[in-house]
Amino acid sequence: MNRLIVSPSPHDENYLKTSTIMLNVIIALMPALIVGCVYFGLRALLLTAVCVGSCVLFEFLARKLMKRENTIGDLSAVVTGVILAMNLPSTLPLWMAVIGSFVAIVVVKQLFGGIGQNFANPAITARIVLMVSFPAAMTRWVEPFTHEAVDAVSGATPLVLDSFRGTTDEILMPSYLDLFLGKTGGCLGETCALALLIGGLYLAVRKIINLAAPLSFIGSLFILTLISGGDPVYQILAGGVFLGAFFMATDYATTPISTKGKIVFGLGCGLITFVIRRFGSFPEGVSFSILLMNVLTPYIEQLTRTKVLGAKEAEKNE
Amino acid sequence: MAENKKSLFGELTKGIIKENPTLVMLLGMCPTLAVTTQAMNGIGMGLATTFVLLGSNIVISALRKVIPDKVRIPAFIVIIASFVTLIGFLLEGFVPSLYDSLGIYLTLITVNCIIFGRAEMFASKNNVIASAFDAIGMGIGFTLALFLMGSIREIIGAGQWMGMDIPVMHSNPMLLFIMPAGGFFTLGCIIAAVNKLKNKKPPQEITCGGCEGCPMAEKCGTKEADK
Repeated sequence: MNRLIVSPSPHDENYLKTSTIMLNVIIALMPALIVGCVYFGLRALLLTAVCVGSCVLFEFLARKLMKRENTIGDLSAVVTGVILAMNLPSTLPLWMAVIGSFVAIVVVKQLFGGIGQNFANPAITARIVLMVSFPAAMTRWVEPFTHEAVDAVSGATPLVLDSFRGTTDEILMPSYLDLFLGKTGGCLGETCALALLIGGLYLAVRKIINLAAPLSFIGSLFILTLISGGDPVYQILAGGVFLGAFFMATDYATTPISTKGKIVFGLGCGLITFVIRRFGSFPEGVSFSILLMNVLTPYIEQLTRTKVLGAKEAEKNE
Repeated sequence: MAENKKSLFGELTKGIIKENPTLVMLLGMCPTLAVTTQAMNGIGMGLATTFVLLGSNIVISALRKVIPDKVRIPAFIVIIASFVTLIGFLLEGFVPSLYDSLGIYLTLITVNCIIFGRAEMFASKNNVIASAFDAIGMGIGFTLALFLMGSIREIIGAGQWMGMDIPVMHSNPMLLFIMPAGGFFTLGCIIAAVNKLKNKKPPQEITCGGCEGCPMAEKCGTKEADK
């Protein structure tokens, strides 16, 4: 009984395990996933299952082949699979989803040493590889609720519609409410801003993520669009901004540690997204912006390093 | 005599895996990445470079005692450029389609590091016959590397091989592979494979103080006996 434990601090032993964090992320992703499955049908669920299954399988095989300890128990591969699926259109052929999972888990994550060692977000990189490799299949959108009809109505995403604004007369622009509830064409998990917001706030309340990066991401995109004369509310609700900001710009391994760094990261994402949407040839720039900022993260880290209390400046050696 | 023959054979074969100019020495990256979107382009580029390499190695080796040390680089360039001009005209005249697809990279053979590297490291120090064998070996190694890269990129990126359609893959090409990013990715994978083939043993040189008292002794992989 009265065992006195003498140990150096910290004494709080209730630390967060990787699997706990990942489980919370999965819970937070559920609202958006459920909404996606309701909007886009069983096909969306099947695609998600294939992504998750192949991610876990690749994680298992890669660790086995590299003779490293098994890490599928930390659930990070499941999270990668779900996020990847949410970044894909629900009509994507399943074998392409498997290639995406291979890129995410084997190329981006395991070749660089596994969880915590990857230089970029696996799901984002996989999405970009698929986007660049199979542009036609990756942009075959369907309108929500039309999946059960014999020929699903193909529909442009709100961002594609936005780029046509003013050029032709009869375009039915989705209303803000439709955008907020996600009743538009798009990737299966990105359309419903409300569900993503619920998930993001859940993570913030559980202190899994810090809201610095998402807020500065969405805020900077809003302000830049406002300044340039666009429709700021439309721009932040359409496309993958909420999904990217809450679930991918907050990844631990690939974004800065300090709050100042996170703000810089978010601002950079907002700026690059704005530039690509406004001037680039792709209608959507969220994934590219996050990948680019992932690559810049070590430099942001260096420039926003906090001073240790009471520490002196290191003497220069040479 | 026998020993001489053996060493000539060694000069010929070292370029294929052991000292492969692209995959081991990482020279000539520019044409390696730029023209290998198709297997045929890889072969064309490889053979054109081999021709220039052979010609320049022979001439530079023959003139190695005449060329003053201080102006050797300009002298090498003049010799190499002459051969590049020659091959340029030949390709333009006889295989115009290849000439068009190689484009600017054909004339850029002039400043290809492989040719310079062999001129500086080998031809300017060895006799004509050894230099010729060296050039052929290096040329074959370069051609094989380019052919391999071109094949992988063409098969995956375009669903074709040497211009022929591959049944299932042709309808769903993975475009990334014929883009620059795919080139870097393919190159990285091939280099990793070649390194694996080449370095079966752990590095032999030990720069530390020995295994005694070293905390890494168990993980290090180099054996005490190798010192």
